Amino acid sequence: MAEINRDDVAHLARLAHIDMTDEELDRMAGELAVIVDSIKSVSEVAGDDVPATSHPIPLSNVFREDVVGETLSNEEALLGAPDNADGRFKVPAILDGE
Amino acid sequence: MTDLIHLSADALARKLASREVSAVEATQAHLDRIDAVDGAINAFLHVNTREALLVAAGVDKARADGDTLHPLAGVPIAVKDLIVTKGQPTTAGSKILEGWQSPYDATVVRRLRAARMPILGKTNLDEFAMGSSTEHSAFGPTRNPWDLDRIPGGSGGGSAAAVAAFEAPLALGTDTGGSIRQPGAVTGTVGVKPTYGGVSRYGAIAMASSLDQIGPVSRTVLDSALLHEVIGGHDLHDSTSLTDPVGALVEAARLGQVEGMRIGVIKELQGEGYQAGVLTRFSESLELLRSAGAEIVEVSCPNFRYALGAYYLIMPSEASSNLAKYDGVRFGLRVVPDGAPTIERVMGATRAAGFGDEVKRRIILGTYALSAGYYDAYYGSAQKVRTLIQRDFAAAFEQADVLISPTAPTTAFKLGEKLDDPLAMYLNDVATIPANLAGVPGLSLPGGLADEDGLPVGVQLLAPARQDARLYRVGAVLESLLEETWGGPLLAKAPEITQIAGGK
Repeated sequence: MAEINRDDVAHLARLAHIDMTDEELDRMAGELAVIVDSIKSVSEVAGDDVPATSHPIPLSNVFREDVVGETLSNEEALLGAPDNADGRFKVPAILDGE
Repeated sequence: MTDLIHLSADALARKLASREVSAVEATQAHLDRIDAVDGAINAFLHVNTREALLVAAGVDKARADGDTLHPLAGVPIAVKDLIVTKGQPTTAGSKILEGWQSPYDATVVRRLRAARMPILGKTNLDEFAMGSSTEHSAFGPTRNPWDLDRIPGGSGGGSAAAVAAFEAPLALGTDTGGSIRQPGAVTGTVGVKPTYGGVSRYGAIAMASSLDQIGPVSRTVLDSALLHEVIGGHDLHDSTSLTDPVGALVEAARLGQVEGMRIGVIKELQGEGYQAGVLTRFSESLELLRSAGAEIVEVSCPNFRYALGAYYLIMPSEASSNLAKYDGVRFGLRVVPDGAPTIERVMGATRAAGFGDEVKRRIILGTYALSAGYYDAYYGSAQKVRTLIQRDFAAAFEQADVLISPTAPTTAFKLGEKLDDPLAMYLNDVATIPANLAGVPGLSLPGGLADEDGLPVGVQLLAPARQDARLYRVGAVLESLLEETWGGPLLAKAPEITQIAGGK
C-alpha cells in the first residue's frame, strides 16, 4: 500500500478545495501517514469472494409519486446565501480574466 | 422548585399531566439551571428561552382547556446542533455555518413540536460531529459535569453533559460511530443509537450517510424509550427511513425482563486496551444479569478488529463528499481573497477559514481513499469488511438475543490529552463502531464508577436490526439492579457543579 506524503496532501487539498499553508501541509502529511498506516490492513482482509456492503439495511429503490410536495419559497432558499441578486444566488466569476 | 430538574422525563410528565407542576415552571427551572451552570459546562451553543416558554405556556393553556395532549407535552428537551431547527441557529459546531439559520425543521424537530415539547436550545458538538471529545467544536469544548477538566465524550458531548448536569431531562443526539453512546458512557447517562433508518435523518446535517443515525439521550432507560417513540417511524422525506412501525419500546422498558434470555459477551471487545475499572464494573453487570435469570454466553466476532480501519475509510470518504456542499455559494461562510478571484479560489479560501483541523483531516483522508487508483484498495475493501462484520453479528445473534460489551475502553480522559494524537482519539470508538457498520441498534447505560478514578463507566447492549425493543427490555433490568446496589441513580453521586453563569 502506498505511503502518503506531503505532495500527495497538497494535491488532495487542491482537489478538495481547501487552501493549506506549508505548516499545515507538513503537519497533515505526518498525521495522515500514521492514520493510513494503521488502517491499510483493511485492504488485505477480505477476498474477492466477499461482496461489498454499501448500505447496512438492504433497500430497493425508493420512489414517490411525481407530484409537487413541500418546497422552499424563493425567499427561503436564499435566506442563508452569502450573496444574491434578482432572486438568484450571486456567484464570483467562474472563469479567470473575465 | 429546583427539584424539578432532577426528575426523570417520565416523572416530570406525570406531574405535568396531574397539573401538580406547569410546563412553564418545568421549562423555567431548566432555563434557570442552564443560566446557573452552563458557564462551567458549555453544553449549549444557543439557548432558546423565548420560544421554549411560549411552547410551555401553550401546553399549560391546552391542558387547562381540557385538550388531549401527548404524554411528553411540556417536557423540555435539548437538541444537538447538528439537527436543523427553524427560528434558531444551527452551526454543526463549525465556523463555516456560524450565524446560519435553517429555512426548515428536521423531521425529528417537527415531531418534538407536534408533541409540544419545549426546545431549550442547541447543544455543543465536535465540528460536523467529527470527534470523541467535543474538543473539535469551533465554539470551545464542553466540560464533563463529573470533572470539569475532563472531556464529556463526543461528538455529542453537549447533549450528554446537558442531561448529566440536569440542564435538560432529555436531548437528541446523532451517532455515526458512537457519538451518542460514548458520551453517555463517560457522563453516566443513557444514550441509544436506533436501528439504521429507524429514525428519520431528514434535517440532520450529514457526515457519513451510510452510518449516521439520530437517537435519544436521557438519564434513564425508560426516558430514552419515551423519546425514541416520539421521534421514530417512517418519514417520506428520508429515503433510507424504514417503513416498519416504531415498535412498543416504552412497553419493553416498563416490562424489563431478562429471564431465559441469552446475553452474549463479545470476546473481542474486552481485555487489552480496556481500563481495569471499566472491566471490573462490566463483569459486575454480567453477574447481575445472570442473577436475574439471563444466560450469559460468550460470542466471538473475529472481524471486529478490522472495524476501526474500515470505519476510518468509509466515514471520511462519505464525509468528504457530503461536505463538498460548503462552498461559499448557497449558504454559510464566504471568504473572498484579494483581487478578483474566481469561484475556485473563493472556495479554497472559504473552506480553509471555515473548517477546523479534524474536518480538514477527514476530508483529505476521504479524498485520498476515493481517488483513482486507491478506490478499490481502500473504499472497496472497507465495504467488504463491512460485510464480514455483518456476518459476525449474524452468527453472534444465532447464539444470543442481545450482545453486551463495555461502551468505551476508558473513562473520561483529560481535556487536551489526546488532541494532538488523532489515532488515540479514534480508538475511543472501538466498541461502538461495529454497530454503525452493521446498522444494528445499540444502547449505553451507566455501569458504575471505575475504582481508580471514580468516573462513570458505560455498558453497551446491542440487538439485531429492528429489534430495538430488546435493548430497552434488558437495559431497564440492568439499570434497576445496578441502582439497587448504588442506593439510587448513579448521577446522585456526581459532584456539585461550581456555578458559573452562562450568558448565552
